[in-house]
Amino acid sequence: MSDTQANSLAERLVARFGDTLSKVETVRGETTAELAPADLLAVATALRDEAEFRFEELVDVCGVDYLGFGQDEWETATVSGTGFSRGVTGQAQGRFSWSERPNVTGTPRRFASVMHLLSLTHNRRLRLRVYAEDEAMPMVPSVTGIWPIANWFERESFDLYGIVYEGHPDLRRILTDYGFVGHPFRKDFPLIGNVEVRYDPEKQRVIYEPVTSVVPRVLVPRVIREDADLQQARAEAADNWREN
Amino acid sequence: MSAQEIRNYSMNFGPQHPAAHGVLRLVLEMDGETVVKADPHIGLLHRATEKLAESKPYNQSIGYMDRLDYVSMMCNEHGYVRAIENLLGIEAPIRAQYIRTMFDEITRILNHLMWVGSNALDLGAMAVFLYAFREREELMDCYEAVSGARMHATYYRPGGVYRDLPNQMSQYRESPWHKGKDLKRLNQWREGSMLDFLDAFTDDFPTKVDEYEELLTNNRIWKQRTVGIGVVSPEHAKAWGMTGAMLRGSGIEWDLRKKQPYAAYDQVDFDIPVGVNGDCYDRYLVRMEEMRQSNRIIKQCVKWLRENSGPVMLSNYKVAPPSREEMKRDMEALIHHFKLFTEGYGVPAGESYAAVEAPKGEFGVYMISDGANKPFRVKVRAPGFAHLSSMDSIVSGHMLADVVAMIGTYDIVFGEVDR
Repeated sequence: MSDTQANSLAERLVARFGDTLSKVETVRGETTAELAPADLLAVATALRDEAEFRFEELVDVCGVDYLGFGQDEWETATVSGTGFSRGVTGQAQGRFSWSERPNVTGTPRRFASVMHLLSLTHNRRLRLRVYAEDEAMPMVPSVTGIWPIANWFERESFDLYGIVYEGHPDLRRILTDYGFVGHPFRKDFPLIGNVEVRYDPEKQRVIYEPVTSVVPRVLVPRVIREDADLQQARAEAADNWREN
Repeated sequence: MSAQEIRNYSMNFGPQHPAAHGVLRLVLEMDGETVVKADPHIGLLHRATEKLAESKPYNQSIGYMDRLDYVSMMCNEHGYVRAIENLLGIEAPIRAQYIRTMFDEITRILNHLMWVGSNALDLGAMAVFLYAFREREELMDCYEAVSGARMHATYYRPGGVYRDLPNQMSQYRESPWHKGKDLKRLNQWREGSMLDFLDAFTDDFPTKVDEYEELLTNNRIWKQRTVGIGVVSPEHAKAWGMTGAMLRGSGIEWDLRKKQPYAAYDQVDFDIPVGVNGDCYDRYLVRMEEMRQSNRIIKQCVKWLRENSGPVMLSNYKVAPPSREEMKRDMEALIHHFKLFTEGYGVPAGESYAAVEAPKGEFGVYMISDGANKPFRVKVRAPGFAHLSSMDSIVSGHMLADVVAMIGTYDIVFGEVDR
């Protein structure tokens, strides 16, 4: 997959779909297109069937929760004069339990469904991103009618992120336990989980109870350095950056 | 005689069934012996690998990748490491690329040996399993020789591989079980380096594949259980996003190693076997041939690695740790080492999807970074998950015993299906 091919793919996408795609970009040879949920089915059908695209295979559908994107927990710019800690109290997923979970509302464009398409005919890949409009009840149309393989991928995304795929024939949980509460991959779901199980000798059965055996903790804080694009790091490492 | 009412009934298959390959629970709606609907229940081995990866610096999750598809460990690492390398804009040195190619192929043989053994076992042939594990043992010793671990190696790192190949292959010691002539036979390939060992192994391995084929390829029972069973048409395979041997068994020549080459695959010579009928038997033949082709690739890599030396890791200390000696005399190196192992390295904001041709199909890692030292989102695209989802569309109309043949031919491992 050479750059010229990918570039021309981006151009062709713009030429064919115009303003329907809110953003088309090619970074490192990977083309990404963003579009509104309402346009997804028409665009996806065209991408699969039209000769210049022919994305016969849907490789992956994946939910993303953009809550807290770009937030860190470690002060890198200034040193505190009052103590040793540079720690910033954050709501990182390791720092709270189920009962203390943050109540987050009003984060626009929080959930997205990302699809990866593959064209066997043209040997090309394309990434489609659809942001759900309502973060309280994220909804995205289902592409199961176009690529049947989407069935389980969308069930997974629903299970882990609570993204509802409209028109999905069988939107059940898939990975989590029967009767599970919550969507565990959301950023406001604690890393230690919400319930734990143990065998109760008195009741003589396995019981569920709130997690007490694990204490929420963060071993390595999340750090975003000023040089996040590694410009300076590249310069320092000089010739050694890419290869020896 | 009064008319009898005949009803379909549901049957529970697994999660504790020897042919369920782990923890698959299948709820089958049966009409007599015929399957009407199959509903696989998965997730019994769900460990939230992706969420755990979000909570750790990049390098600390490499070990989790081994534990996804736990019979093709290094291929998983390769996908993960490549996603990081894409985002960082680094590339492993050429020797590391060859080592990765070689170990990807060793892994492919490991995986296919496990597959042929357990699939034959499911379908009633005990002996193949014992034969296959004989060679698996040798190859796992190679894993151990480079990484210290027989399975979960954590050998690939962003920027190369953990260390160079060992000069001395480990040998069997004398014990009540291995002694005298037996010990001598076991150690005859192990006198020299690991490359010498692999040289001897690859010379010998095609005859071993002949042995497996002798047991199965013309075996009447094997053919009765696999020919014409679980036929996947090319259109069906595309619609259900199949990759790897599942796709090639249906006659579509698609292999990422050829089509979107990575590591040193564009430097080595090999062929892509494809099937004709798309049934379980064709997929069996494809995988057997893939083992022979992997053997060829390993041979070429061994030859190249013998002739060319060089670094196996970048000397870019922002990403790769400095050597022990360097740390002892250079303050800068010590600081880099400290930062790398306490905080890790930041990865520029962006997203990347890196796919490798794992033994089971396309293993992909989609990674989103926001510039921090931990990934913002890691999504593992496991081939087994995609394949298993097509179960219902393939097995309905088949007999119950064919469900077992189908589970076998998917080559699923629950570590990657459930993640």
